Amino acid sequence: MKRLLLMAAAFAALAGPAAAVNPDEQLRDPRLEARAHELSRTLRCVVCQNQSIDDSDAALAHDLRVILRERIAAGDTDRQAVDYIVARYGSFVELKPPVQGDTLILWFGPLALTLLGGAGIALHLRRRARLAAEPFTADEEAELAHLLNSDAPKTGTLKSGGPA
Amino acid sequence: MAAEVGQFALILALLLATVQAGATLWGAHRRESVLMALGRSAAALQAGFVILAFACLAYGYVVCDFSLALVAEHSHTAQPLPYRFAATWGSHEGSMLLWVLILAVYGGGVALFGRTLRETLQARVLGVQGLIGVAFLAFILFTSNPFLRLDPAPIEGTELNPLLQDPGLVSHPPMLYLGYVGFSVAFSFAMAALIEGRVDAAWARWVRPWVLAAWIPLTIGITLGSLWAYYELGWGGWWFWDPVENASLMPWLLGTALLHSALVLERRGALVSWTILLAILTFSLSLVGTFLVRSGVLTSVHAFAVDPRRGVFILAIIGVTTGAALGLYGWRAPSIRSGALFQPLSREGGVILNNLFLCVLCATVFLGTFTPLFAELTGDKISVGPPYYSWVFAPFAVPLLALLVFGPMLNWKRDELAKTVARVRVPAGIAALVFLLVAVFAGLGHAVAAAGLALAAWLLAGSAAILVRRWWSGRAYLGRSILTTPRALVGLAIAHAGLGLLTLGITGVTSWHQDKVLNMRPGATTTFAGRTLTMTALEDVQGPNWQARQARFSVRGPGGTYELVSQRRFYPSAQQQTTEAGIHVTPLGNLYLSEGDESAEGVVIRLWSHPLVVWIWIGGFTMALGGAVSLSDRRLRVGALVKAPQLQPVAAE
Amino acid sequence: MKRFLFLVPALLFAGLLVAFGIGLTMDPTILPSMLIGKPVPAFNLAPVRPGDQGLARADLGGEPVLLNYYASWCVACRAEHPMLMRLRSEGVPIHGVDWKDAPADGDKWLQDRGDPYIRVGNDQSGRTGIDMGVSGVPETFVIDKQGRVRYRHVGAITQDDWANKIAPLMQRLKAES
Repeated sequence: MKRLLLMAAAFAALAGPAAAVNPDEQLRDPRLEARAHELSRTLRCVVCQNQSIDDSDAALAHDLRVILRERIAAGDTDRQAVDYIVARYGSFVELKPPVQGDTLILWFGPLALTLLGGAGIALHLRRRARLAAEPFTADEEAELAHLLNSDAPKTGTLKSGGPA
Repeated sequence: MAAEVGQFALILALLLATVQAGATLWGAHRRESVLMALGRSAAALQAGFVILAFACLAYGYVVCDFSLALVAEHSHTAQPLPYRFAATWGSHEGSMLLWVLILAVYGGGVALFGRTLRETLQARVLGVQGLIGVAFLAFILFTSNPFLRLDPAPIEGTELNPLLQDPGLVSHPPMLYLGYVGFSVAFSFAMAALIEGRVDAAWARWVRPWVLAAWIPLTIGITLGSLWAYYELGWGGWWFWDPVENASLMPWLLGTALLHSALVLERRGALVSWTILLAILTFSLSLVGTFLVRSGVLTSVHAFAVDPRRGVFILAIIGVTTGAALGLYGWRAPSIRSGALFQPLSREGGVILNNLFLCVLCATVFLGTFTPLFAELTGDKISVGPPYYSWVFAPFAVPLLALLVFGPMLNWKRDELAKTVARVRVPAGIAALVFLLVAVFAGLGHAVAAAGLALAAWLLAGSAAILVRRWWSGRAYLGRSILTTPRALVGLAIAHAGLGLLTLGITGVTSWHQDKVLNMRPGATTTFAGRTLTMTALEDVQGPNWQARQARFSVRGPGGTYELVSQRRFYPSAQQQTTEAGIHVTPLGNLYLSEGDESAEGVVIRLWSHPLVVWIWIGGFTMALGGAVSLSDRRLRVGALVKAPQLQPVAAE
Repeated sequence: MKRFLFLVPALLFAGLLVAFGIGLTMDPTILPSMLIGKPVPAFNLAPVRPGDQGLARADLGGEPVLLNYYASWCVACRAEHPMLMRLRSEGVPIHGVDWKDAPADGDKWLQDRGDPYIRVGNDQSGRTGIDMGVSGVPETFVIDKQGRVRYRHVGAITQDDWANKIAPLMQRLKAES
């Protein structure tokens, strides 16, 4: 059902199917056009909300594509051209959110989680490794030999416990 | 009449679900076999009545009974039969009924096929399933009744959104739901383990196949959805990082982690409480995914009408289900002991690393999806789109893929670094060779693409190496060695190879895609991505419930000469326009053509070249195939276990 | 300590639940205006009414006014129009901008339905609207005595919106020096 919603979403706000840039909007200089094309993919269409202005057929998205190309043709840097639109519609239009107070977790949370998780696992394993460092019993040696040569389940070692 | 039967069946199903939950949980607590048997029968009967209710609704759709409000809103007599049937789950109410249908069928499955389980464990699993059933049947009956009548009945219905009239609608939602709801079984097992405060061998052996049984259709469902969007939306994207897509990706990522940790639990009895936590979180994310997108909390402008009462109900269900589970986890999990010991460098250690990365990836998607909501609480408005994911998701996904080849090469319990590295020297050599070849032929400017292709080769060769290593060790009796390879191992190799194909496709389409847009008239010719296209005709055509303006092209390219057709369809009764793209599919790349508006300058034609893109979906389906092969092994093994007394799984009570 | 670790998921989830609960009460589709508290950007628009003088930035300020964006092709504007006529008859000053529309169509709209505006300009290219951060019509800005944007209303103004949000603000702005 997810995709279904997405599709209906994409189309609810549009008169016709989605269809990006028109030939008459494009800049003559292919290098500038490529820059504008790339930039317009990072800006969100405010009317349809789920698409970049590059993908959207909404009239406002068309206007913003044209404005973006005007700014680029006038010599703006990428950042300046984007800021021109952000000044009018807010950082909401940036599909890549700015790094600021309330997006710190968004940008650095995954890295922090990796480090924290990695450290936690390392501690846990070190503690357990000390236990495992004791020499194997004959049974365990046999089990190891068995495991090395097979992928059969070894359920015998499964321990169960009850609430303390 | 059928609708009234359906409505009555749903009410009975709600009562039966209540009986199922009460009888099994109380029966297990008091160890009353009669009560537990009653609960089992209730579960089977409940499944029967939900099937009946669903059949009644589907019947209403198929015969176009427009006195049913839901049918009148989503069906039309001119709609082809398969889409009239699939429209059953094309609405909020209908899709909820499908959800409950799958839940009830899984519950019935546990009741009927779970005889090898300890009686109290089976009863508690059914009890939790029953409680989930009660919540969702009540949700349907009180807020989303699919059987409301219209009086007077309209003569004709409103056609289903034309975009949904596609084979995609027939297959994609049921697959996705089989996956989401399938995780409810693992959840119920986790809850039963927490209630009992113990985990035994039978528990461990049951969880992984059930997780696999949910993971396979979810993988297929996500892949189908991606494929559907690619050809139907008309601009050739295959993944958009939209909240509704993320909602299916999050349970998939955690479900994949669960699949691997359940493997360790099954083989080695380790990671017990971690596996239980993953089972709880995976199903919780399925709930969050299926339902939060319907509550209007997220800016995903979607088709289902947002009803605040539904949002509150859904939030209450999620709060109680997940809240109770995590609370119970916090209380009971500390006392569940984890068994086997292992060294950091071991198969177990590899799975732990896999779980860490998958959880981080899931957290990335979660943060990307919900940060706009959290920011809004502080009065800020932000968007999180594809650029965020290419900055944050990819840097964690790539190391996971790179490390993935080592995992199956590691021995259980303990291993040696030098030996492990030696085992992957052939795949590493192949990957290095691919990198060099691509870098030499495509230039160093394509270093990222070369690395991507090398990663794909590494994964493919690494997967093959899993099987080769086993066969090589038994080379004295090669034939027998190949025949006796466990299917789980074959499945593992296939699934990991699927990831290699996926990497191949993603690398190809992101590195080398091209597009072009121009005005064309019949007779006009253009060159694009090594092909020459000539528009041969622009004509009107008539379909069963649509009219179309159709552009025909003759294309000459590396693969010979072929015709390509794109249509702009108009559905008069739905008053909607859609674009049918013309797509020429080859293993090396697709040519994607879509027709736009007509003006004095001609008709706007948009062209895309998508190199290697088809491997994305082949990769997805291959992963699902790997899961299926592995699952077929389990069934045999469960049967075999009953015969092997030394591995008798059922602890005597 | 170890027991506490097992409770972390439940605590995180409780926080999440609260966030979702508050989220349910909010409408994520409403976008804030970037211009609140800032002066209206410069513009000079051609007339809609033939022989009229159009609307320019210099016309704003002096007293609090409403600046209403409309278009003849806009369905929601049709619903809003009677409300604007009522406000005008009550003496509320309203300027209009005919957005992304042919002047003749905008004029016909006013002739057919009545004219609630003191001054009205035509913004056929839509650029003035984009400078104001307009995402669609109807949209209404409250402009204070200094010509600064103080409030933006998206969509048709209902009686409720007027009585509870816009009218009290206009009263306050009148009291400002």
